[in-house]
Amino acid sequence: MKTTVHAGDLPATGPAITVRFRLNGADVALDVDPAERLLETLRYRLGLTGTKEGCAEGECGACTVHVDGVPANSCLVLTFQVEGRDVESVESLDAAALAPFLAGGATQCGACTPGVVMTAAWVVGHPELLETHRIRELMAGNLCRCTGYDGIVESVEAALPAADET
Amino acid sequence: MRVRFAETAAEAYAMLADDPSIVPLAGGTDLLVHWPDRHAAHDATYLDLGRVAGLRTHRWTDDALLIGATTTYWDLIRDPRTSSKLPLLVEAGRLVGAVQIQSRGTWAGNIVNASPAADGVPVLMAYDAVVVLESVDGREEVPLADFYQGYKEMRRTGRQLVREIRVPLRERRNQTFHKVGSRRAQAIAKVGLATLEADDGWRVVAASLAPTVRRCRAVEALLDAGEPLGGPDDLLPALRSDVSPIDDIRSTAVYREQVAARLLYYGPASGRPGPTDT
Repeated sequence: MKTTVHAGDLPATGPAITVRFRLNGADVALDVDPAERLLETLRYRLGLTGTKEGCAEGECGACTVHVDGVPANSCLVLTFQVEGRDVESVESLDAAALAPFLAGGATQCGACTPGVVMTAAWVVGHPELLETHRIRELMAGNLCRCTGYDGIVESVEAALPAADET
Repeated sequence: MRVRFAETAAEAYAMLADDPSIVPLAGGTDLLVHWPDRHAAHDATYLDLGRVAGLRTHRWTDDALLIGATTTYWDLIRDPRTSSKLPLLVEAGRLVGAVQIQSRGTWAGNIVNASPAADGVPVLMAYDAVVVLESVDGREEVPLADFYQGYKEMRRTGRQLVREIRVPLRERRNQTFHKVGSRRAQAIAKVGLATLEADDGWRVVAASLAPTVRRCRAVEALLDAGEPLGGPDDLLPALRSDVSPIDDIRSTAVYREQVAARLLYYGPASGRPGPTDT
C-alpha cells in the first residue's frame, strides 16, 4: 500500500490514537490524530486519492466509502471511529464495475464519480434493497451537476443482476 | 482534541461522572459538519460510544421498542418490524439525509443534538417515547415531550448518558409525518409535522416551528374536540399558542405557519389524507 503523508493536510490537535481496521481487504494499523477524518487518512496518510472531498458537510457524497458494507460519508467519520470495522474505498472496485457507467453516459466531469460508483456498487450488490427503495432514493446522497441523473440511474439498472427499477 | 474510550456502559458512566464536560460521541454526523474549520470543537474531550459493548442493539418487547444509544436510522429502516409496528420511524428515518447519513446517524444523537429542525425527534415524540438516562447515580426516565426546556437546553446532566429510548407499542391511527424542505433528499426541514391518533387523543408534534421540537397541545385539543373548521386559518390561533416560528436562512415565519396550518387542515383535521409531500 502506498503511504504518502502530506503533513500540512493532516490535523494535529491532540495525543495520537492507534486505530486498527480492515481497508480494502487488508489489515491496517495506524496512529492518527483524534480529529483526523477518515477522508484525510485515506487521501493524505495512505495516498488513496480516489476518495474526493466535495462539500465537507455530508451532502454531496463525493467522499462515499463503505463502512461494514454500507455507504458512509468519509468526511463525517473520524478515523478512530472505524476501529475494528471493515472499510472499502473506491480503489477496491473492479474496473469492470465501471463499464455500465462508461456505456451509459453516467459520468461527465468526474468529480462525483468515485462516490457515485461506490453507492452504485452497494445497490448492485444488494438488489433486495429495491423491494423497499427506488434506485433514485438510494442514490440521493450523491450529487451530480452534469448528467441529470438519468444516465446514473440507468447505469445502475443495467448493472443489476435482473434490471428492475421499481 | 482528546478522546476517551470505554468498553462497558459502567466505564462510560464513571468517565462522565469524573468529568461531566466530556461530550459523548455516537455517529458524529452533526458534529463533523465542516469539521476542519470547527476549531472550538477540536478543543473538547469526547467519549467514543462506538466501542462500548451493547449500545447499538435495539430490542422489541411485547409492549415497546427499545432503541439503543447508538442505534442508527438505517438499523431501524432495515428491520421489517419497524414498518409494521412503528411506520413513522421508517418514514422519518428515510428523510434524514441519504443512506450515507442514515447509516451513521443515531436516534439518540438526534435527540441530544437538540436541533429544532430534527427529523427523528418529532416521530419519536408523537409515539410517546421515553428517554432513558443512566449514570453512576442510577437510572432516570424522562418523557421526550418533557425533555427539552429551551433552545438546546434539555433534561440531561453531563453525568448522564442516553442509554436507550423506549417507544411504547399501542394502537394508533392516521399516522403521518411531513417534512417540507427545499428538496426531498438531504434538505433540512422548513417545517416538520408528525401527527397520529391514539386512543386517548391526537398527537401533533412540530419541528422547525419553535426553539425545540415540541408537542402542540392546543392543536391537539382542537382536533380532539372535533369541531368543524372553515379552513386552514381556523387552526392558526391554536397553532400560534403552541409554536413561535421565525424568519431564518431556510424559510420565513409566515410560510412556516401557513404550511403547518394547511398540513393540519387537509390532514388530521379533515379526516382526509394529507397533501402530497413536497
